[in-house]
Amino acid sequence: MRVTVTVNGQAYTRDVEPRMLLVHFLRDELGLTGTHWGCDTSNCGVCTVQLDGLPTKSCTTLAAMADGHDVRTVEGLEGADGLDPVQQGFMNEHGLQCGFCTPGVMLTARALLDRNPHPSDTEIREAISGNLCRCTGYENIVRSIRWAADNSAVTVS
Amino acid sequence: MQVPAPFEYARAGSVAEAISLLEQHGEDARVIAGGHSLLPMMKLRLADPSTLIDINGLEDLTRIRVDGDVLRIGAMARHAEVLASAVVGEHFRILHDAERVIADPIVRNRGTVGGSLCHADPAEDLSAVLAALNAEVVVEGSAGQRTVAVRELADGPFTTVLAPAEIVTEVRVPIVAGAGSAYQKVHRCTGDYAVAAAGAIVWLDGDTIADAGIALAAVGAPHNVGPDTEAAIRGRVADDATLDLAATTASGECNPHTDQRGPADYKRALVGELTRRALRTAIARCRGEER
Repeated sequence: MRVTVTVNGQAYTRDVEPRMLLVHFLRDELGLTGTHWGCDTSNCGVCTVQLDGLPTKSCTTLAAMADGHDVRTVEGLEGADGLDPVQQGFMNEHGLQCGFCTPGVMLTARALLDRNPHPSDTEIREAISGNLCRCTGYENIVRSIRWAADNSAVTVS
Repeated sequence: MQVPAPFEYARAGSVAEAISLLEQHGEDARVIAGGHSLLPMMKLRLADPSTLIDINGLEDLTRIRVDGDVLRIGAMARHAEVLASAVVGEHFRILHDAERVIADPIVRNRGTVGGSLCHADPAEDLSAVLAALNAEVVVEGSAGQRTVAVRELADGPFTTVLAPAEIVTEVRVPIVAGAGSAYQKVHRCTGDYAVAAAGAIVWLDGDTIADAGIALAAVGAPHNVGPDTEAAIRGRVADDATLDLAATTASGECNPHTDQRGPADYKRALVGELTRRALRTAIARCRGEER
């Protein structure tokens, strides 16, 4: 079947099998390998992208279900003015170690801050509770998102 | 790499079209809503539908509103939308308690109320809560519309009384003034199913429990409710002795199984304590003692 998905502002049309998952559409059809593919069971959250602005696990979403919709991946976080504050926060606060979970967490964090620009630490932890990290113990991830919240006055994506 | 087996895909633009597509594609066709239960089962070949009818475009089914003395939740309302709905929280705190511990925030952006009910997983929270609230679902097919009590919707694990070409379009929860409600769940981590969970809705007449609904999830209670517990506490004073009675009765009327989430005895003990806590909070909320 033919699907057209707008990814990071650009429309892509491809012929795919109905069973193709959005994560494989992004990685294999479009070459956008920043979206990672982990547990395959919608538990770990490394495949998180934004679908119409909402964090969504792309391993449990069909490419067909994204037909006609907007997807944002980690490749679409950086704006014309440079890195998104969330990305800058992860750099400044050492929010990643192996980096496998990082794109998914950043897309979740971006959506959180768009909805709630000044979240408490509890709200940050709740928001990322569907994104597993096996390295950091989450402490620096929370600091990174806090940094982004505290430094987003100028850059709002 | 886990991917579903091949299937045909069709998108419904209306409820009528969804029903007609289901009829066209035969009884191996399935409706897909959020897909967060069905797709994992398809990856594992536990489900193998020939055709998926996608109803994600049915915006009409996403509304949540109060209509007279009924809370009407569209079948395609996402868990996140139920959790964010002020009107839901105003009337049924138990629904917000439950939604807060269903899956995780990302999954809740996709998973739907109708999908949860129709998936009929005996460990699923909303099936138990909506049964305790005596909700009914509106079911549509080519022969027209009918309603089914949530307490009678599941016909066993993962099966419902729906005909192959029928779909649930709405959940209707009766609003009876003066209720207090709460839900208590023990789970191993965010996103996991309950080890055990219990919920309660109560109406007080002075200090007496005028009526009550009891939800029991993941513990082998028929239709995920506790009718014996409801009957045992009805008409009794809302005190510690009644909470004890509720705990004992609920423990006795569930039938949990030993599995990787814990031994049956432990789950049975948990049901007692969670019923006690849910009821205690529901009573406090009923009295306006906010917790």
